[in-house]
Amino acid sequence: MSIVVRNVSKRFGDFVALDGVSLEVPGGSLTALLGPSGSGKSTLLRVIAGLERADEGDVVLSGEHATALAPQKRNVGFVFQHYAAFKHMTVRDNVAFGLTVRRRPKSEIRTRVDELLRLVQLEGLGGRYPAQLSGGQRQRMALARALAPKPQVLLLDEPFGALDARVRSELRDWLLRLHVEVHVTTVFVTHDQEEAMDVADQIAVMNHGRVEQVGSPTELYDRPANEFVLRFVGDANRLGTSWVRPHELAFVHEPEAGAVEALVERITPRGFDARVDLVAADGTPLVAQLTRERLDLLELEERQIVWVRAARQRTFA
Amino acid sequence: MRNVTTLERSAGRHALRGIALVYLVAVLVGPLALVFGRTFEDGVAPAWNALTTPETLHAFRLTLVVTAIAVPLNTVFGVVCGLLIVRHRFSGKGFLNAFVDLPLALSPVVVGLSLFLLYGREGWFGAWLERHDVQVLFALPGMVLATLFVSLPFVCREVVPTLREIGDEQEQAARTLGANGLQTLRRITLPAIRWAIVYGVVLTAARCLGEYGAVAIVSGRVQGQTETATLRVDERYDSFDLRGAYAISLVLALLAVLVLIAMTVFQRREETA
Amino acid sequence: MTAVDVASRAPAQGLRGERATALSLGVVVGYLSVVVALPMAALVSASAADGWSGFREVVTSPQATAALQLSFGAALAVALVNGLIGTLIAWVLVRDEFRGKRLVDAVIDLPFALPTIVAGLVLLALYGPASPVGVDVAFTRTAVVLALLFVTLPFVVRTVQPVLRELDREMEEAARSLGASGLATFRRIVLPNILPGILSGVALAFARAIGEIGALVVISGSLPFRTEVASVYVLARIESGDQAGAAAVAVVLLAVSFLVILGIGAVRRLTTRHEAAVRP
Repeated sequence: MSIVVRNVSKRFGDFVALDGVSLEVPGGSLTALLGPSGSGKSTLLRVIAGLERADEGDVVLSGEHATALAPQKRNVGFVFQHYAAFKHMTVRDNVAFGLTVRRRPKSEIRTRVDELLRLVQLEGLGGRYPAQLSGGQRQRMALARALAPKPQVLLLDEPFGALDARVRSELRDWLLRLHVEVHVTTVFVTHDQEEAMDVADQIAVMNHGRVEQVGSPTELYDRPANEFVLRFVGDANRLGTSWVRPHELAFVHEPEAGAVEALVERITPRGFDARVDLVAADGTPLVAQLTRERLDLLELEERQIVWVRAARQRTFA
Repeated sequence: MRNVTTLERSAGRHALRGIALVYLVAVLVGPLALVFGRTFEDGVAPAWNALTTPETLHAFRLTLVVTAIAVPLNTVFGVVCGLLIVRHRFSGKGFLNAFVDLPLALSPVVVGLSLFLLYGREGWFGAWLERHDVQVLFALPGMVLATLFVSLPFVCREVVPTLREIGDEQEQAARTLGANGLQTLRRITLPAIRWAIVYGVVLTAARCLGEYGAVAIVSGRVQGQTETATLRVDERYDSFDLRGAYAISLVLALLAVLVLIAMTVFQRREETA
Repeated sequence: MTAVDVASRAPAQGLRGERATALSLGVVVGYLSVVVALPMAALVSASAADGWSGFREVVTSPQATAALQLSFGAALAVALVNGLIGTLIAWVLVRDEFRGKRLVDAVIDLPFALPTIVAGLVLLALYGPASPVGVDVAFTRTAVVLALLFVTLPFVVRTVQPVLRELDREMEEAARSLGASGLATFRRIVLPNILPGILSGVALAFARAIGEIGALVVISGSLPFRTEVASVYVLARIESGDQAGAAAVAVVLLAVSFLVILGIGAVRRLTTRHEAAVRP
């Protein structure tokens, strides 16, 4: 159930996709690989699945060396961004595929497929073809298909990337509930930090083929290891040599030590909180986030000159 | 960025490659090398003489004339037909498609015979043609009609998928900007499909140059008058002038190689356009 | 849903107007009538000149029957062989990488580009009396099959290649991750998806082989009952002035060609069934 990646490197021609990556995924957890395009997160996922072969390093699945094992022997479920649906088969046949190639008895297959279709809420659609389903339905089918052969690990490669925003957030919640119910070790790749923060137990932030930091969402947000993680996981303002989160930017009435003069450009109330766009004296744009209460209390107005300082700041060597 | 993992086992991959290459050498490469050898068996001069007899030169000229007439006609037809099929709605499209594709599957002999039955002395138009002293069979018009038939589909078949792929959004945009039908056609549509047309023209020309069966029937094969290059090859062979037959074949084969090069070049242009 | 599906549904009629449609349709139908339809009509009419009994008599005469049997048999064999090898070659061209692949890919089209009479002559030179490799099969049925193999080689390769290229590799990866071996993946995933391409290619190859003339006139020797194919039979009938006889067999060939074209159309429609996006 657990995954251990040790010092894995992978190159495509001159391009270094993974550079000595090590990661531990505890059994039963929901881990996110977060990073920008080209950071190597998809490559890492595919190496774990066996769809790519690492140039160096080891992959250990549940204590067994899987580095040289072919994908079909690893018992991992893989879900693709663009579904990879078997378009010439019905939904039932798609979901049944992993069991069909293992030559399970027909009755067993039928029961399991029914069970899964119920789980992913696609009952009644078993006879349709993938082309007749919506994007969200297709992805749920892909999930059911991956889960059918009871894999020990579930890997998802930007599973909601091809879907529109509303469907994406629905499926996000749905994945979380599924994980609670099925409890398979799950690793998913995303470039959306909000998604990762929302869903995952632990997040591995990647950049340029390296793991920058691994930790829980709170750890990464509150105690980022470096500038990259800080800026990737949440917004950050630059104040001198340090970084300040929008909700940690305090407004003061008089200039103090460490305070910066700024002009309020725009105030945007957003329901519960408000966003305030400012420009510092040296021209740096700043973004502050306050509750509506605080906003009213401060009586801020646009085109007003204020002083801001960091309620809390971070510097990196 | 994917490994060539689908042909994982090296042995399997090499075996597949081997079979493919052996088959190709036996069926394609070997024969071609031979023509070259046989043509110049006795040196260049005899081959040159065979190629430059008046009848042979006429045959080459006739082939080129027929091609030069048939290609533009079928190109215009191909473009109009392609636009019709993709951009317009009407009943009977399946029927139309079948007729356009038919020449691809039909024996040239059947083509030649049908023209014979249409324009021959006892044919449907036979009497009318004789009354007005118009020669279709055993003359250029008949040969052109036969060549038109067999080379009909190519431009249309290349244009249709390209038109489908690019969609008509650009044309709609042009219309909203004030362009009329003809302007849109000239400035937007035609440039968008130009490589498809070129590729189709190459295929059409190749088919015209290589046509044998249909023209054999409608032309009467009169040397120096209605004999094309392909018919001449047959005639030389029948007259036991093997060297002559090979010499003309070599020229046609070299033309074919040029066509292959053109096809490769333009196919890539068509795909990346 | 691809652009093909979008465009093949209701086109923007307002853009073109009905007058333009009528005009284009008129031009196209007129051209097709003169070039294709009228000759075909004359042919069908001539074959029916002696009525059904006359038609049957010609078509079932021993020589005609022999010619048709040889044509059908050879065409079928060749279509199937090239179906198999053509798929193999397409696979190698799409999935494999080696130096000179572009050259091989270009050479595949040689039978398209080369005049058939030249092909016949060349095959005769290579596998006939003066053969440099000591193989002499001229004027035998083997020669007929050989010539037809040459001429129909590109068809299956060229219909399978685009389908193979467009195949979603992730489907194969998904199958692997679900436990399928290489062979199972090919059988269950790749083959069903390239089958329409293979079938169209085989059908076209069959039609071409049945009607081939140029490559056969020289190398087959056209011996009645032995190596005379249907197309050569028709040619012989024309040259001896028996137009009715020629027309009868020619109509059989026409019917086969038409069926093949309709069949390919049906295959095309069947495949797009999978692509049809019917939003719930």
